[in-house]
Amino acid sequence: MPDAVTIEKLTKKFGDFTAVDQISLTVGEGEVFGFLGANGAGKTTAIRMLCGLLLPTSGNGTVGGFDIYRDNEKIKKSIGYMSQKFSLYGDLTAYENLWFYGSVYQLKKKVIKDRINQLSEELGLKEFLHRQAEKLPLGWRQRLALAASVLHRPKILFLDEPTGGVDPIFRRRFWEMLYELADKGTTLFVTTHYMDEAEYCHRISIMHHGRIIELGNPSDLIQKYQQPNLEELFVQLISNRSREAADV
Amino acid sequence: MYKIKFIALKELRHIMRDPRSLVIAILMPILMTLLYGYAINLDIKNIKLAVIDFDKTSASSDLIGRFYNSEYFSKATDQVYIDDPEMILKKGQANAVLIIGPGLGEAIQKLKNIQNPANLMIDKYELGLTVDGADANMAAAAGSYSSIIVTQVIKDNLPPGFELPGIRISRQVFYNPDLKSSHFFVPGLIAVILMMISALLTSVTIAREKETGTMEQLLTTPITPRQIIIAKMLPYIGLAILDGIIVLGFGVFHFGVPFIGSTLLLFVFGVIYVITALAIGILISTMVKTQLLAMMGAMIVTVLPAVMLSGFIFEIKNMPMILQIITHIVPARYFILIIRGIMLKGSSIELLWVEGLFLILLTIVLLAVATRRFKLGVD
Amino acid sequence: MNLVKINNLDKSYGQLKAVSDFCLSADQGELLAVAGPDGAGKTTIFRTVCGLLEYNNGTINLAGFDIDKEFDKIKPLLGYMPQNFSLYPDLSVEENLYFYAGLFGMKKNEYEQKKERLYQFSGLGPFAKRRAGKLSGGMKQKLALSCNLIHDPKILILDEPTTGVDPVSRRQFWDILKKLKQDGSTIIVSTPYMDEVALADRAIFVHNGQKLIEGKPDELLSHFNSAIYKIKAVPSSEVMTRLNQIEGVISRRFGSSIHLYTDPQQKIEVHYNRLSQLGISSESIAPIKPELEDLFIQLMEKSDA
Repeated sequence: MPDAVTIEKLTKKFGDFTAVDQISLTVGEGEVFGFLGANGAGKTTAIRMLCGLLLPTSGNGTVGGFDIYRDNEKIKKSIGYMSQKFSLYGDLTAYENLWFYGSVYQLKKKVIKDRINQLSEELGLKEFLHRQAEKLPLGWRQRLALAASVLHRPKILFLDEPTGGVDPIFRRRFWEMLYELADKGTTLFVTTHYMDEAEYCHRISIMHHGRIIELGNPSDLIQKYQQPNLEELFVQLISNRSREAADV
Repeated sequence: MYKIKFIALKELRHIMRDPRSLVIAILMPILMTLLYGYAINLDIKNIKLAVIDFDKTSASSDLIGRFYNSEYFSKATDQVYIDDPEMILKKGQANAVLIIGPGLGEAIQKLKNIQNPANLMIDKYELGLTVDGADANMAAAAGSYSSIIVTQVIKDNLPPGFELPGIRISRQVFYNPDLKSSHFFVPGLIAVILMMISALLTSVTIAREKETGTMEQLLTTPITPRQIIIAKMLPYIGLAILDGIIVLGFGVFHFGVPFIGSTLLLFVFGVIYVITALAIGILISTMVKTQLLAMMGAMIVTVLPAVMLSGFIFEIKNMPMILQIITHIVPARYFILIIRGIMLKGSSIELLWVEGLFLILLTIVLLAVATRRFKLGVD
Repeated sequence: MNLVKINNLDKSYGQLKAVSDFCLSADQGELLAVAGPDGAGKTTIFRTVCGLLEYNNGTINLAGFDIDKEFDKIKPLLGYMPQNFSLYPDLSVEENLYFYAGLFGMKKNEYEQKKERLYQFSGLGPFAKRRAGKLSGGMKQKLALSCNLIHDPKILILDEPTTGVDPVSRRQFWDILKKLKQDGSTIIVSTPYMDEVALADRAIFVHNGQKLIEGKPDELLSHFNSAIYKIKAVPSSEVMTRLNQIEGVISRRFGSSIHLYTDPQQKIEVHYNRLSQLGISSESIAPIKPELEDLFIQLMEKSDA
């Protein structure tokens, strides 16, 4: 399996503050990778570097085979990014939003039209296409954001807390959609605070104070630490670390 | 009272913590004063004048000298198209062209030789003045300044004891004897700036609390909308007064605008006017949900009328009837009358109470509407 | 004693009925969770109860006071934390607290004591001078709660306080809620996390502005009428499609495994034959206990159908 994302000792400093501290990992093509961590652990900063939105302080990395220092324009073309704050235009309709993102990626009109049709069918957005994005319920807005981020068929999709505040039904359906994408070969790089979602991932990493403190398959990790589920594991790992830090 | 103090103090903290908006609140008035004071100068001086002299006598050179020695006209380019005044204007070589046809010397000579006032028969002699009408103010000024100069020439050349026949106006300007536009502008500018800053800042601060959701939180605590409004106003009254003093200082010390009347009276009316403006700001904030809309709303609702419909630049009595009626609900209209009266004429309360009353009435109505809307506006 | 009593509440936005015939009551020292999908009307209910919205019908009574007639008496007893916890980002932790103390007319020394107590349980003490805007999500949420606790409210209404907060902070937050409850506060909290619903004394599921079910979390599970089996098999699209063709069976992909929902009256064995055709052996099938989330999804899907 070729690697979709490789990073090695990736570091980002803001002044004295090290937001991301020498993290290394690889994500294979078609893999669903859960990028976990507490609030403020540095996840968003790391994702922004991978998406070419932020230059690293040091370390190496490639995304889709492109170097994160030199080729960030090429990276942007081959990835999709769905952020925790929905990047939709509230005053445009769902259709207009999708059309806009299609034209940003310079897709042909016919292609955009076909893909909007296809995606709205798959994501159940059809009846909402001509409603203003801000008037859609949260769950639908989030699906719309997903549609917008995959319209150009990216090889790698970054999702930064895509399900924050969304109710369980939508979350489950959303993950079913993500899995369909993964089945078709899209690599998914997801952050979430829902540990049940993290259990859906092929592999996860747990970040704390800018470092990756654990990496592996969810069920392997649960066994390794002898915890009933990922949530307990997460709480254990982070609380222990925080206590150690407090002792120092 | 205790709670009001708390919110007011918190508001003050917000202001101090946000240096950028503080800088805007203080620098903007200074910038506006300088801009209005210098850039928009309605005094017309140094009209570029070209002269085509066909007479070429001592009389014509005397006349030309008088034009150029006045502060109104200055010399245009030497090289002019003798036969085509229009070309001179077109090429921008001058704003006006004075054409002295042959015969000026003779006409002046005849003036000097008049013996009997009863048969004051002067041969008709015409001077030509071609003016660039693109700048209408300048064109009008060029015309009237030239007639003043020519009248003086005639007067000076009549034998002693002779006077020009006809009715004359003895002109005397009170209050702004030099007719300086800065004297006129600065008081109006204070009115505009106070209105803008006060309405803008309050509407934005309330809209911000709506945006972040803290307004909801406030309304569930034991504090009434009226208390919130009063507390929000207090720090901004202070800030607006500071702005007023800055602009006033600039006007008096930098532009030399006179301040004849009572400072206390101006202060009292100033505070009332600022409260009116704050009430407008609060009213706007009850209608919008975001800071951006609040800002745009405040600009449109306050600045436009305060500049256009207040008598700040344009005379109210020259406006169409419908606009004249509208000016009655523009608070700046009243305050401009008040502040000009106090600063330039030294007017006292006896002369200003009507305007003051209108202002107070307007404030009460605005505050009442704002408070009412405030309660309902959280939906 | 019912500290919160809502009877037959109706609230419409124009034509749209946001809440209809909603009833809720909560006793002193009770922790009540309100769960429902987005747009179910949870926030509308909460805002109405806090006097921020007018309502069309019904009665709302808090601590014995009618909200329409004696809201001023309710305010000092009420703490309300809106959905996006509202803090002043440019004020420090301490200044935020002090501001709310002032709103409730608290005197300086009273505030100082209260502040120390709040710092103790929130752990915010070391960050007292930090601006609220620079706090992490979990700390912001604790500060927002602290601001609402400064006046010792009898009734706390929290609208999705843990959304967007990491699991560790969520757990700490719920520990605090439990302590408050033991001290006698009545707490009504909405949440999208079903594991949090399980921690409440009582839970209400809301959908389309109406109450679906109500009860103690473990008792609620009796409303669930499916059996769930976990299948250890690769959930490829093909397997999923074919599984769903089996009558009386709903299958869902669950991470790297599959969950099978069947009629509880029917034994799983009747499906063994079809399953083995898909290469799923009986050994890889194991029954699992339903969770609140399964119930939630079932209820919502049923009422949507």
